[in-house]
Amino acid sequence: MSLFNDISKVWSRYGDQILSGIANTVIISIIGTLIGLVIGLINGIIRTVPKPKNPVVKVILTVINWIINVYVEVFRGTPMMVQAMIIYWGYAYMNAGATLPLVPAGIVIVSINTGAYITEIVRGGIISIDRGQFEGAMSIGMSHFQTMLHVIIPQVMRNILPSVSNEFVVNIKDTSVLNVIGVTELYFYAASAAKNSYKIFASYLIACAIYFCLTFTVTRILRFAEKLIEGKANYTVFGSQSDSSAEIHVNTEKGGPENV
Amino acid sequence: MSEHVIEVNHLKKAFGKNVVLKDIDFSIVKGETVSVIGSSGSGKSTMLRCVNLLETPTAGEILFHGKNVQTELEVSKYRAKVGMVFQSFNLFDNLNALQNCMLGQTTVLKRSRAEARAKAMEYLEKVGMTPYINAKPRQLSGGQKQRVAIARALAMDPEVILFDEPTSALDPEMVGEVLSVMKRLSESGMTMIVVTHEMAFARDVSDRVVFMSDGLICEQGTPDEVFGDPKRDETKSFLSRFLNQ
Repeated sequence: MSLFNDISKVWSRYGDQILSGIANTVIISIIGTLIGLVIGLINGIIRTVPKPKNPVVKVILTVINWIINVYVEVFRGTPMMVQAMIIYWGYAYMNAGATLPLVPAGIVIVSINTGAYITEIVRGGIISIDRGQFEGAMSIGMSHFQTMLHVIIPQVMRNILPSVSNEFVVNIKDTSVLNVIGVTELYFYAASAAKNSYKIFASYLIACAIYFCLTFTVTRILRFAEKLIEGKANYTVFGSQSDSSAEIHVNTEKGGPENV
Repeated sequence: MSEHVIEVNHLKKAFGKNVVLKDIDFSIVKGETVSVIGSSGSGKSTMLRCVNLLETPTAGEILFHGKNVQTELEVSKYRAKVGMVFQSFNLFDNLNALQNCMLGQTTVLKRSRAEARAKAMEYLEKVGMTPYINAKPRQLSGGQKQRVAIARALAMDPEVILFDEPTSALDPEMVGEVLSVMKRLSESGMTMIVVTHEMAFARDVSDRVVFMSDGLICEQGTPDEVFGDPKRDETKSFLSRFLNQ
């Protein structure tokens, strides 16, 4: 019973603070994941550009690819907590002690880190698309960029959504490391509640429950989004061209479409 | 003699040490339907893919109205004029039948959406796919997919259409619907190169039959010449194997 007492004590005293920490956790992880996704998509498109004939373009492309590879390897190969310290204090070092505002700094760190992972996810997603999709587009004269934009990326997005959701969930949890530079997110307030109330177990139990609620909600929402992207299994057959309102709904959930 | 639309001179294609096309000379005039036959591995599909630059030729040149397609023409503009229909359809899986036929028009030819839509509807009607404009490729049968793919190629208003074994991936009962579309297309005066194993189509529909063997054009002529009185032993043995089946 005393645990419940502890929890309710911590909550009544520090609940508002902890709740305000949720806002920063959510904001940083959402924006960080979205920017990371954009970085990943751009890198993925650049990495799959077919070999150009022009030698100058070829050299430029090789250099860009090399930079992307270094970026991916470095940011995947080091802990985000260390990256946070280096980016935050590195900025201060080079700007005579002036520091970045904390929440934007957190967003930058999470974005860059997530971008490195999603670059690899996107690359895998593009490789997994059937070669025929590229050839179909090429055969009617579409450029690499047009093909990517209209044909490949929409399919890649559907395929990588589970992995990107995973990154998002990881980010909700991993924003907790940003407390090392003092970002006031959920963990930061939970830790300060623990320190000030001496009710360590109760404080972190609250944080744990909130983290789980956040990730579980997000997982369910994204699962729903996946279903939406997948689209309906039904389509509308038009009875005749002269009477396009004569629609027949064909259910293809079981078996193939019926010939009407 | 009318002008050659496509002319292939001394085309050679090697994948590493494997020489698939040794020395191909080939041309087609406007309105002609040419069937390319031959056993698997003879280089038929590779030749077709070289013509559309899906494969880069190792040596030789490909001329489109007398212009070298690799040096004198922009690849995307050339490809827009030379349609291609694949064995595996290669429809865009994320788009429905109508969108499949519109995308190339709006992106490559810069047509307005209304114009592209009208054009797509026109050709989808010609291939009998109007009822299925809202269906995604995965919801269509093989024959239906191939008819949409033909409409997609036609919607670009190409001068030539290349068919790469368009019926090889289809159930026997669906082959007919695709072949009849191709036959009508041929009769309407479209210039077509058809790589096929459908001997009946080659014999009845095409103006000229090209027999390929071992990376070379072994024999060519009218269907009557090639099927009725083959000159080369390779042609004879290939045809006897096929016709006895």
